[in-house]
Amino acid sequence: MAATLSMMPHFGQQISSKNDLVPDWIGQEVSTGTTIMAVEYDGGVVIGADSRTTTGAYIANRVTDKLTPIHDRIFCCRSGSAADTQAIADVVTYQLGFHSIELDEPPLVETAANLFRASCYRYREELTAGILVAGWDRRKGGQVYCVPIGGMLVRQPVSVGGSGSTYIYGFMDSNYKPGLTKDQCLELTAAALSLAMERDGSSGGVVRLASISEEGVERRVILGNQLPKFSTH
Amino acid sequence: MEKRCMDSQVKGVSTGTTILAAIFDGGVVIGSDSRASIGGEYVSSKTINKVIQVHDQIFCCMAGSLADAQAVIKAAKFHLSFHSVQMETPPLVIAAASVLKELCYKNKDELQAGFLTAGWDKKKGPQVYVVSLGGMLVSQPVTIGGSGSTYIYGYVDAKYKPNMSREECLQFATNALALAMGRDNVSGGVAHLVVITETGVEHVVVPGNKLPRFHDE
Repeated sequence: MAATLSMMPHFGQQISSKNDLVPDWIGQEVSTGTTIMAVEYDGGVVIGADSRTTTGAYIANRVTDKLTPIHDRIFCCRSGSAADTQAIADVVTYQLGFHSIELDEPPLVETAANLFRASCYRYREELTAGILVAGWDRRKGGQVYCVPIGGMLVRQPVSVGGSGSTYIYGFMDSNYKPGLTKDQCLELTAAALSLAMERDGSSGGVVRLASISEEGVERRVILGNQLPKFSTH
Repeated sequence: MEKRCMDSQVKGVSTGTTILAAIFDGGVVIGSDSRASIGGEYVSSKTINKVIQVHDQIFCCMAGSLADAQAVIKAAKFHLSFHSVQMETPPLVIAAASVLKELCYKNKDELQAGFLTAGWDKKKGPQVYVVSLGGMLVSQPVTIGGSGSTYIYGYVDAKYKPNMSREECLQFATNALALAMGRDNVSGGVAHLVVITETGVEHVVVPGNKLPRFHDE
């Protein structure tokens, strides 16, 4: 949006945004108002996200990838301001890569989570970023860490985030049990994300899933028409 | 980004709450939690009953400002009993819902109250109506409301099926209320449920310690 404005400077400045010729979303920040989820299972983690990025009421990107690799076996799920989360993820990717080379060993998920937390907490007044850090390492296996807005860090077996997450707390509380298999986790995540996407205007598009384990990372996409459907009433 | 429910900006004592109503095969279940709070910081009542009887087989749940809701219900009860005497027949559920809707819509600038109306009548059997904050009236097979309802949209969408049995629907309603009370700090206490069928009305109260517990509790 900023690029468009600078290419047509006279247009944007002379016409007030209250006018019908200039849509509301030109001045809005790009947000990944979103639904993200991460679940631990024995041997790895499953992560998932919707694919909608909005600027106000306009969907700037309907096929966004909110599952960002930080290292070979560590991913983060981004929610909040798209710019803030991209910037933080870039910084942490650099820091973690450097740290891993120094150690001569794959980094720990807890280390990645702490790097996110350090940035999110130090710049908490300026940032709007809710991040789930998930991955696999040799020391503790599959782990999910939640770094919400404000910069708290907590490890949870299952965590949801983003604007759409409020609608699926009940579903998640009643359907998650410890000891699920990888496929059960994938089904649970896909169902939960579909439910949230049906209710939250800022979430939608396709469901992106990834499973991370010792063997590596497996990514898949479930398209809109293949999602489980719940709106029978 | 974080959605703020209308209820949390309500003036005075608010039924920051969870209410729900669902149709099953042969009747309808309507229920609520029992907490009334001031500003989300003080629980002014742990056992308030938000399921109000407006006629023999028609019940309402209120959400929003408790004062506004009580005043509207009082006026609605009067209108409805008068209407019922004039018609010489028990009122239809949609009549009760319409009375509430008229009051909410005509006074929308002063009021902050929403209602679920559920009941049974001879014409259309079990029905559920929603009157929202601005006075819209809509009929739905299942509906939830109040601040705690945001957390159970996913659960209700996934779990509700039309034509459930009475036991299944009661279990569904109890679970949904318990899940919402577990996540919303202004909902809690006991679960008040009312089952309305052709034959009559049954109250079910599930105390806090008998509510279903989920994995992390």
